[in-house]
Amino acid sequence: MKFLITKNPAAPQVRGRSLRANLGSILILLAAIFLFMGADTDARFKDLGHRMMCTCGCGQVLLECNHVGCQSSTKMRDQLQAAIDKGDNDDLILQGFVQEYGPTVIAAPTATGFNKIAWVMPFLALAVGIVFVIWLVQAWKKRPEPALADGIVVPEGNELDEFRAQARKETDQ
Amino acid sequence: MAQIGSFALLLALGLSVYSFGAGLLSLFGRDAASARLGETARRAGIACFGAVVLASFILVAAAFNDDFSIAYIYHHSNRELPGAYKFAVLWSGQEGSLLFWSLLLAGYGFVLRLRYKTDQRLFAYASVIIASVQIFFLAILNFSAHPFALEQGALPPDGTGLNPLLQYPEMVIHPPMLYLGYVGFTIPFAFALGALIMKYPGEKWIHITRRWTMVTWCFLTVGVFLGAHWAYAVLGWGGYWGWDPVENASLMPWLTGTAFLHSVMMQEKRGMMKVWNMSLIFATFELSLLGTFLTRSGVISSVHAFAQSSIGTWFIVFIALSSAVCVFFLVKNLSHLKSEHKLESLVSRESSFLFNNLLLLVVCFTILWGTFFPILSEWVQGHKVTVGPPFFNRVAVPVALLLMLLTAVGPLLAWRKTSVESLKRNFLFPAIGSIAVGLMMILFGVKPWEDPSYFYATMAAILSALVIFTVIAEFLRGGRVIAGKTDQNLFAAMLQLTRRNTRRYGGYIVHFGVALVIIGILGQPFNKEVEKEMSFGDKITLGPYTLVCQSYTQDDNPNYAVESAMFNIYRGPKLITTMAPERRFYKSSGQPQTIPNIYPSFAQDLFLVNDIYVVYEGKNETTGRPIIKAHLNPLVPWIWIGLIIMVFGTVVAMVPNTMPVAVSVAKPIRETVHAGAGD
Repeated sequence: MKFLITKNPAAPQVRGRSLRANLGSILILLAAIFLFMGADTDARFKDLGHRMMCTCGCGQVLLECNHVGCQSSTKMRDQLQAAIDKGDNDDLILQGFVQEYGPTVIAAPTATGFNKIAWVMPFLALAVGIVFVIWLVQAWKKRPEPALADGIVVPEGNELDEFRAQARKETDQ
Repeated sequence: MAQIGSFALLLALGLSVYSFGAGLLSLFGRDAASARLGETARRAGIACFGAVVLASFILVAAAFNDDFSIAYIYHHSNRELPGAYKFAVLWSGQEGSLLFWSLLLAGYGFVLRLRYKTDQRLFAYASVIIASVQIFFLAILNFSAHPFALEQGALPPDGTGLNPLLQYPEMVIHPPMLYLGYVGFTIPFAFALGALIMKYPGEKWIHITRRWTMVTWCFLTVGVFLGAHWAYAVLGWGGYWGWDPVENASLMPWLTGTAFLHSVMMQEKRGMMKVWNMSLIFATFELSLLGTFLTRSGVISSVHAFAQSSIGTWFIVFIALSSAVCVFFLVKNLSHLKSEHKLESLVSRESSFLFNNLLLLVVCFTILWGTFFPILSEWVQGHKVTVGPPFFNRVAVPVALLLMLLTAVGPLLAWRKTSVESLKRNFLFPAIGSIAVGLMMILFGVKPWEDPSYFYATMAAILSALVIFTVIAEFLRGGRVIAGKTDQNLFAAMLQLTRRNTRRYGGYIVHFGVALVIIGILGQPFNKEVEKEMSFGDKITLGPYTLVCQSYTQDDNPNYAVESAMFNIYRGPKLITTMAPERRFYKSSGQPQTIPNIYPSFAQDLFLVNDIYVVYEGKNETTGRPIIKAHLNPLVPWIWIGLIIMVFGTVVAMVPNTMPVAVSVAKPIRETVHAGAGD
């Protein structure tokens, strides 16, 4: 703000231009901040609105309920917007909705208490499954070769590699 | 009419009971008398089909004759209902759809019993098992959900009409497709259980049921996708999959059925995974029953469930009983299913099938778990929790992406063992191509690091491209070999290649279709929507498109009154189409229904096609103006194109090979090594 207190008598025009330029800069900055905040608010509204269900019984996510005149979703959207505008954090907003509409308003189980099991089980199943498949592959690898009928000679080493190369050549080229 | 229908149902039940009882007795003996008894059981099964056809015909005829003395017709039809929907009345309500289940099962059983000479003993076992399932459905129809029950009191002048959600052309084909899939899995189930009980030697039962299974899988695939399309085109929320319990119920047997179609190849080629394949087909059948149970019992609320009743107990008992029978015989005859084949390497086709099955089952388990967790939560915590789209998207999507990776890599792996060199050679071009696709997405402004949904979309694009390039590379590689040997052009050579091994290349075409479906889905994070009250000349800007309101109007016909708005759609200054979304008010039921208008922009956007999706949501009562919601849904049309390609691939895979693939070698070798793999 140094330019605002300059005492150079020859500089009023310059000062005026600087003032306008700086006011302009401040306005642009404020506009950018508000735009950014707006975008952030929109993103939060969209995010939170997709983490809750509409309570009208349609079984749809709050922001996807498309019933014109749906009393529940209109009211809930307004409440959500008001809570965001008030500056409440996400947890507080969700808690407020749970208190008013019950736990089924949240579109997915929370990661606390018994509900944590809902999230853990699929990944546990995947982990156990992977371990089991790897164990199975190892166990099957250790099985003895099945006995062959008399007269059949299994090619090995270089001979097997030659056959592989020949087959590859005839199917690849 | 109702009396004849009731009699036909009772007769069908009697014939099923006979087919089951006499068929079962005949299996204990091998003398001429047992054979004669078995033959009467087979004929009773065939006659049962006739009785169920008669009952179904009478119900449909009652709908066409507006016979509202039958309660089912009164509650699901009305005089002004169009003819196609009167036909669809058969599967529009609980009693009718159970009759439809029974009709399809009797139809499948009819075909099976006519083809019994393929293997009389195995077919006799399968026939008995099918009869037992038939008894279950006919018992419900006769004693709990009677479609010919009479309406009490004075004869009503008109019916209450069909649910408006069901008055859409797809509802005439979606339920039959889904049910053909659900019911069809009874056939491989019956053969599998029969083969297990009689300790059937070898893998012949798999060869017998292969086409049954593929046809059934194809029907279920079409049914699931038509359900998604119906939700997209009718429910008016701009989406096609909401992880609704009934949608989930149709997806679960599809997942296990898909796992079975893959793992059964291990049994055919290597004699491995016999217990696993039995378990998979049993699980698929039980999940099909579970799907019907969820749709019909009302135990879980759903936008797709159009009936609620007490038949849930019947289903729970039957599912428990049939599962117990399966487990009993699986344990009893476990030694019969022992396989002795050796696995040579972790990097092999066999391993890829194991991991493919694992991932499919984990997705299936996740869906089952998520669908029933609200009930579990209520038992444990005393209150329900919602398990909605955020849960399924966060848990199932990463696993599905891994599955896509395997879809790309699996076909490049050879049976037994794959060398790193061959993997590198086959994988290089598809890998470079798919990474290029990912980089292009980033260049076009997608920032996967900004949002998980963008990350998943980018990964899905990369992996879909990988699958597509892999399939193309496989066709080109095989085509070039044949072109070199036969002097044909490359296209003709690829055609011949496919005809020589329809199963393998049909499978690749299905994979190609799956990749297109995933491309269609990955556009979701980039959807745009605008809601606005419109007047004449008002505009909505949606991406590169502008919607200009031309008019709004009202109309009337005997079935419903309709409000609609007309829009001109511009891209820049150019008019590309006109759209007219509607909102209908059905007179008999007094219920409203939106009919969105959808325009796929292939002509304008080619591969990066958008769906312009406009919904007439209603009218502002104060101003009289329509409230319009417009969505721009990128890439969605690829989902439906992917489905068509999947069906085409399945049909190709069912066509018999024209000639065996002959490779001349200097001396006999035991092991076939393919450039990519085998099928």
